[in-house]
Amino acid sequence: MTVSRTTALHFGTLLVLIALFFVLPAYHVGAFSRIMVLAIYAIGFNLLFGYTGLLSLGHAMFFAAGMYGFGLSMNFGGLSVLPAFAVGVLAAGLLALGVGLLALRTIGVAFMIVTLMFAQTFYLVILYFGEYTRGDEGFIIQQAQRNLAGIDLTTETARYFAAFTLFAICFLAMARLVQSPFGKRLVAIRENEERARMLGYDVGRLKLAALVVSGLFSGVAGAAYAMLFGYVGASFAAVHYSIFPLLWVLLGGAGTTIGPLIGVIFMFYLIDISSSFTNAYMLVAGVALVLLTLFAPQGIAGTIRKRAVSWLP
Amino acid sequence: MVAVNILETKGLTKIYGGLQANTDIDFSLRRNAITALIGPNGAGKSTFVGMVSGRTPPTRGSVSFEGRDISQLPAHKRMQLGMAYTFQITSIFPGLTVEDNVALAAGRRLAHDKVAHAEKTATVLDRIGLKDRAGQVASDLSYGHQRVLEIAMGLAQDPKLFILDEPTQGLAEGEVEAFVALMRTMAEETTILLIEHNMRVVAETADHVAVLDQGRLLASGSFDEIRANAAVQSAYLGAPADV
Repeated sequence: MTVSRTTALHFGTLLVLIALFFVLPAYHVGAFSRIMVLAIYAIGFNLLFGYTGLLSLGHAMFFAAGMYGFGLSMNFGGLSVLPAFAVGVLAAGLLALGVGLLALRTIGVAFMIVTLMFAQTFYLVILYFGEYTRGDEGFIIQQAQRNLAGIDLTTETARYFAAFTLFAICFLAMARLVQSPFGKRLVAIRENEERARMLGYDVGRLKLAALVVSGLFSGVAGAAYAMLFGYVGASFAAVHYSIFPLLWVLLGGAGTTIGPLIGVIFMFYLIDISSSFTNAYMLVAGVALVLLTLFAPQGIAGTIRKRAVSWLP
Repeated sequence: MVAVNILETKGLTKIYGGLQANTDIDFSLRRNAITALIGPNGAGKSTFVGMVSGRTPPTRGSVSFEGRDISQLPAHKRMQLGMAYTFQITSIFPGLTVEDNVALAAGRRLAHDKVAHAEKTATVLDRIGLKDRAGQVASDLSYGHQRVLEIAMGLAQDPKLFILDEPTQGLAEGEVEAFVALMRTMAEETTILLIEHNMRVVAETADHVAVLDQGRLLASGSFDEIRANAAVQSAYLGAPADV
């Protein structure tokens, strides 16, 4: 029963996203392409933060690794879209493995600081190799290169459905993953790490696996962003791109499958709408964040689950 | 041939700064029996089981389990060999349902086999009397039920050695009765190392009693032998009339 409701919710969400393409005006279609890509990033972050209970403040490095892995291998390696995409995702996964082996020796606040430091280092490395990365300015991936098996990914339709396809795969894969024995063990670590260890679970290895999977999803999002929007820049490796996924997940609902998407939509339109009224749109966003944290600390989906729909996955 | 002792420690010692919490403990635990470890507060009982389970690294000495030296193994590997451990301070997954708590405990061995996993979870919930509360969030349970849930999590692991650190602490009289009954049924299928303050529980369940005092193994034997032991009386039990 629960399984079918969950499945209905997930496929219903995807159907709504398809329908939106046909009903929304062009501007919002473009916005939703971006939202879906960023939601993949949020989904990856949510596995580590929402399900495993590990707060990383350095996820921008995984997003940027995907982005630069894609962009650099295209521009300097002459790869086409698919292999370049694979390079981007792999780069993010390997970086997550390396960072995880070191950073997971720490816990709590120390883990936050260490991941933040690694991300800052990664950011500075990008600037240091400005000759290739073009530093802050970034570089463009030419329209002609962004072509997948004859499909021009720069058209609005192709971009929307490429973003949708990637989102759908990541969304459903993650929904399945968190219901698997692996996902349940991660939740066990979040709930009570010492108990999980004393049940015989290899907590260290599980946390590392969670970080790598989280990094891979972030890498998919970074590579997809470069592929669909044609720009690669160091600002995506900066600290605020580590904070965004935290905000999205907190707002949408940590540890829920649809929370990341809701959070990205909410935040995107909050800034979008408020900036049409005032220059101080970040102030509006800030106030909204404070209010939500005060009155709905479990985020939108988390609060719905608590108040009304207890089966919400 | 299966050895008589499931667990043996040799010279197990823990020194915290200048304090000798455990000193050269040579201890052996008989298979398929209930052994109670007793001793006054601060005698080093929790330190000892901490070193057996791998939570506390010893200063020196060795632990062997089923004839194998496990001194170098981390806690989770020891649990994988067939130990289960319940904490002195209740330790469950508070945000998960009762059923998920038990399923996680059973799942380390059975997660690959969905049918066996579900069956084991249901059997344990039924046996421990928490079946009706399977869907309840664990943090909403009463304290007594949370203690019972933690024992259920131990049972769900089908341990060869079950270490219970003060399981009846804070339980009401009736709950203690139920616990004693449960212990007796558990003894048929596993070896139990019980740390216990409640002498009535020890008297009613333990086949064998070991006494720790000031970090040393003072005596061991049947409950009656221990009760008659003069050194134990002076260290711990006070006047025999107490018992």
